[in-house]
Amino acid sequence: MSLISDARPSLPPQPSTLDLLRTTLFSKPGTIFAVAIIVVFVFVAAFAPFLAPYDPLSQSMIKINRLPSAANWLGTDQFGRDVLSRIIYGSRNSLLFGLISPFCAAVVGSALGILAGYFGGIVDRIISRVVDLLLAFPELLLAILIAAVLGGGFWNVIFVITVAFVPGFARVARAQTMAAKREPYVEAAIAVGVRTPVIIIRHIIPNIMAPIVVLAMLWVASAIRLEASLSFLGIGTQPPNPSWGNIIRDGLNNIFGSPWPIIGAGAAITLVVLAFNLVGDAIRDALDPSTSSE
Amino acid sequence: MGRTLILRLLDAIPTVFLVLVLVFFAMRILPGDPALAALGDTATPEQLAILREQMGLNDPLWLQFVTFVRGVFTLDFGTSLSNGRQVTQLIAYNLPYTIELTIVAMIMGVLAGVPLGVMAATHRNKLPDSGVRVFSLIGYAVPDFYLGALLLITFALNLGWFPINGGGEGFADRLYHVFLPALTLAFVKAAFIGRLTRTSLLEVLGKDFVRTARAKGATERRVIYRHGLRNALLPITTGLGLSLLATLSGSVAIELVFNRPGIGKLLVNAISERDYAVIQGGVVVFAIIVVAVNLIMDLVYIMVDPRMRGN
Repeated sequence: MSLISDARPSLPPQPSTLDLLRTTLFSKPGTIFAVAIIVVFVFVAAFAPFLAPYDPLSQSMIKINRLPSAANWLGTDQFGRDVLSRIIYGSRNSLLFGLISPFCAAVVGSALGILAGYFGGIVDRIISRVVDLLLAFPELLLAILIAAVLGGGFWNVIFVITVAFVPGFARVARAQTMAAKREPYVEAAIAVGVRTPVIIIRHIIPNIMAPIVVLAMLWVASAIRLEASLSFLGIGTQPPNPSWGNIIRDGLNNIFGSPWPIIGAGAAITLVVLAFNLVGDAIRDALDPSTSSE
Repeated sequence: MGRTLILRLLDAIPTVFLVLVLVFFAMRILPGDPALAALGDTATPEQLAILREQMGLNDPLWLQFVTFVRGVFTLDFGTSLSNGRQVTQLIAYNLPYTIELTIVAMIMGVLAGVPLGVMAATHRNKLPDSGVRVFSLIGYAVPDFYLGALLLITFALNLGWFPINGGGEGFADRLYHVFLPALTLAFVKAAFIGRLTRTSLLEVLGKDFVRTARAKGATERRVIYRHGLRNALLPITTGLGLSLLATLSGSVAIELVFNRPGIGKLLVNAISERDYAVIQGGVVVFAIIVVAVNLIMDLVYIMVDPRMRGN
């Protein structure tokens, strides 16, 4: 990173990313609360087998549609499965997709954006055209349309959410790359004859990393919502594998049985998305005060 | 201005073409044989061969593409594999329900969101502002299908005030059926529009001409509505375009929750039945609606904001 600060001597010394993150996350009560929620859910997801009172898949015909009780805190569903255990295991899917998909999208989107921004010309025209087209679609609709063609399942969901997010990353990466390419030291490197892959890896990528990482963090919440929506529509995580979205779907099919699967799983989605939104907003505000919502 | 309009219209042609190319290749490249999917694992090789021939799967790719594009332009998407009805007919039956839901939700969202935003902006950092902020945080976090399910359980199932499913017949009955689903989508809309109105209005209220208006002794009411909100309308209109498409995508899950007819429900059912012709038709219709809404929004900006007319 020393390369960047050498190249811009006019800028005041920047606080390190870690310091910034620390002050951002632990300064306001709302953000601390959000971080705590995330920590709890990560803990639950990591230790699901130890925390869940029952096997989320084990069915029992004699205890169907039970209301909440001491034995089953959130009752049971139409197959006699323990709802709380299913929600606990469901957190694994949500967090996994929430973290993996934005990461994949960041990698693919940045690659496309760098290609378009660095090489320009026909490459840029083609990539930009497709990206503009995809950007016209809300992420949810794009994900639904691709999943409609692809079907559900773990890898398909990762793929679908990734594609839905790629255009946003590509646009940011393209703009950042074009700006970075005009930096004097990059122009100098080109003039000296440094090979293109070396320039991209050593000069372009470090320059576009910060906004891409922020964008990826902002989209964790959206990815969790997307996975829940797709699973709810039956084109995400496939039953009997539990996910918050398909627990609500099962709950709606059994709406006269017990409302508790819907209430519990929905509350979990809402809490996690709220927490990631709050943290994402705090990080964005810290890095770019001009967009602050205050 | 006329030239800009025509250029923008011409620009939509390659976009539509690109959409068709993407949909076509996505449906063809993917693993899985539509004929096998339609007939199931028990199909004999002879049955498969006949259906493949009927579906045109043995034709060269370019011919399939030409047939597909011709189908789109003549509004012929083939027949549903599960019930044998024309896909165009299914779409024509379902589309009005989706449009109705989207429009009613948008109207409710704007009617609730704009006053909320004005209230937040005029009581900045006071109780109403915090209230609107909390409301919008929840609105952004709660999944619409969850909210819909809660409303359905409370007001339709337990209180019996609203129907549990269906789209209704006749104007009044349809409005009655669309109310809860639209309210669900409007809640999320109101959160977004409220926040947007607050931000845009605060920005305008900080401008010099607002100070001048106040200095001239204009009433606060006049300052806010005549000078403030009027100038904040442009960013709000921009937001409404985005919001319209978001509402449309939200309608897919909401139609499923309230079990009402619509393009989203048609598409989701087709997916579970692997009804390729209906999936293809539904995807194309959604995609063309998106392109059309974007085009219309662009034209609206050109009309609303003279600065856009330049190039």
